[in-house]
Amino acid sequence: MLYQIFVDPFVQMADMPDFLLQVIWEGFVAGVLYALIALGFVLIFKASGVFNFAQGIMVVFAGLTLVGLHEAGVPAYLALVLAIGVMAVLAIAVERFVMRPLVNQPDIILLMSTIGMTYFLIGLGEFVFGGEPKKMITEELGLPTGSTEIEIGERGLVILQHIDIAAAVIAIIMVAALALFFNKTRIGRALRAVADDHQAAQSVGISLNQIWAIVWFAAGIVALATGIMWGARSDVSFALEIVALKALPVLILGGFTSVPGAIVGGLIIGIGEKIGEIYWGPLVGGGIESWLAYMIALVFLLFRPQGLFGERIIERV
Amino acid sequence: MFYREAGQFKTSYAADQQVFPILQDRIGVAVILGVAIFVVPFVANDFFLSAIAIPFLILALATIGLNVLTGYAGQLSLGTGGFMGVGAYACYKLTTIFPDVPIVVHVLLSGFAAAGIGMIFGLPSLRIKGLYLAVTTLAAQFFLEWCFIRIPWLYNYNASGAIEVPGRDLFGTMVTGASAGSVPRYFTVLAIVILLTVLVKNLLRGRIGRQWMMIRDMDIAAELMGVRPLYAKLSAFAVSSYLCGVAGAMFVFFYLGAAEPSAFSITLSFQVLFMAILGGLGSLVGCFFGAAFIWALPIILRAGPPLIGIPIAAETAFHITSMIVGALIVAFLILEPHGLARLWQIGKEKLRVWPFPYA
Repeated sequence: MLYQIFVDPFVQMADMPDFLLQVIWEGFVAGVLYALIALGFVLIFKASGVFNFAQGIMVVFAGLTLVGLHEAGVPAYLALVLAIGVMAVLAIAVERFVMRPLVNQPDIILLMSTIGMTYFLIGLGEFVFGGEPKKMITEELGLPTGSTEIEIGERGLVILQHIDIAAAVIAIIMVAALALFFNKTRIGRALRAVADDHQAAQSVGISLNQIWAIVWFAAGIVALATGIMWGARSDVSFALEIVALKALPVLILGGFTSVPGAIVGGLIIGIGEKIGEIYWGPLVGGGIESWLAYMIALVFLLFRPQGLFGERIIERV
Repeated sequence: MFYREAGQFKTSYAADQQVFPILQDRIGVAVILGVAIFVVPFVANDFFLSAIAIPFLILALATIGLNVLTGYAGQLSLGTGGFMGVGAYACYKLTTIFPDVPIVVHVLLSGFAAAGIGMIFGLPSLRIKGLYLAVTTLAAQFFLEWCFIRIPWLYNYNASGAIEVPGRDLFGTMVTGASAGSVPRYFTVLAIVILLTVLVKNLLRGRIGRQWMMIRDMDIAAELMGVRPLYAKLSAFAVSSYLCGVAGAMFVFFYLGAAEPSAFSITLSFQVLFMAILGGLGSLVGCFFGAAFIWALPIILRAGPPLIGIPIAAETAFHITSMIVGALIVAFLILEPHGLARLWQIGKEKLRVWPFPYA
């Protein structure tokens, strides 16, 4: 038994390095997608202190809007623009009808309001677009399909799906753009000021309402990108919503307020859970992917409660 | 005028410390209990009892369990469904191993299994709090759900992977299984819920409950005043999980009759959480309001429109229900963050000064 836990998986890894690489690549791609969802959380948490439980459903909703519009006969790129528009409307609506009346409420109330929003969006999405899974319009959007095989050593092969590579590239571009946006632009600086202290930011003339609308819109765009990428790998369906809950352990690992933390955490969770599932999963009957990420986060929390890059929480009485 | 305690003097400490110090409250509770025991089972039809009243009582108990943890001890939990599942599976195993012991004993015992598991997953609460803790309770939720699927011993290695409730009797009347009537099941559930509610009410009034509330309001200050967070938090997790476990066992044994692991998914956790929020965090009576509201709303929405002549597809009704529930939660959080219990309280205060609103 001990041999099976501590030695055998590593023997397997050393035995088939190409398979290991393939597993790591799969984990990497999954990790990038987790990181993208986590990024949406982080954006909103940074600028308003709201733990946005609805980010997962926003991903689904954005993807569904895009596909639904295309199915209704709108050309792909116009559908993309319209989907962005829908996310903007959603952002403004959320700011106006949820965030503004709930200013200064405790964290738990804000969290629950986003859970309420989740249910509202699920109902709305199913009502408008129907509940069955839809195919993402990958080709119409000009995203690459197909795959490349890379030979490793003499007999090994690693298969890279082009769409996965595209996902990674888009994620990198998006993170870079967000970093620039946060650090170099006027609005970005205002965002960070709001995150530090609502009242102080307001007193120097930063409009909280405007900032929140912008942040929710940015999170909506991130959600749309995630929805496209994820939809291209599987279908766009409400099942994604449970997968999106995986972004929570990612956040725990990375810290709630750190953009690089979301990326690193996403990769750790993505790769960790794939390796765990493939090499250790069979020992306990498989399917451990559903909780391994949470367990990693749980154990990690016991040692570093603020996450890898999070700000230390200091409490005074 | 109707609800005024003027003239009700207490002449002993016992009288001062009773659960309902005001006469009108005592009468009100007696009337409600009387209706629940002597009127409902004999007036209501089978559908009302088994599809509305029984699940309402069970979910109210689960909501009380969550409320102990979230509303009174301030520890946010999203793992309620998992803990309810532990209770259900524990009860299933107990009744398979000891078929002759009365089922009610098993139901009450199975809560202890849930309490143990709950305490294990409550351990992180000593290091972390708030939103981070909510994520660790999600770990419990997903891990337990996985266990229900992957550990065949839990469902007696049967092929379907679901647990089927065997028929068990109590004092010669069948209370579980296919042949059990709705009235005996209703009485059993009602008895357990009343018993546990009274117990919890007294727990909350006592030293332990006050410690929970101190931890909730400000944990560091509570610690400085001599509350040991270890005991306070773990006891909150234990009591909460116990109640959820009993509710879960009853959910399967007296309501569903058979359950797959998916019955205890995160959807159930959220449903119970909504009941706790809408009812009012930190209020026992709110748990019953919340459970009634969330449980009855979909039924009304499904049955209502056809009655007034608007045909509506079942699926559409389901989607609209989801939207309405979501919107209601947001609306409640904005308009009345303390939930239905607060409205109830406002109503009582209005009655107290009626007909002079300025008094």
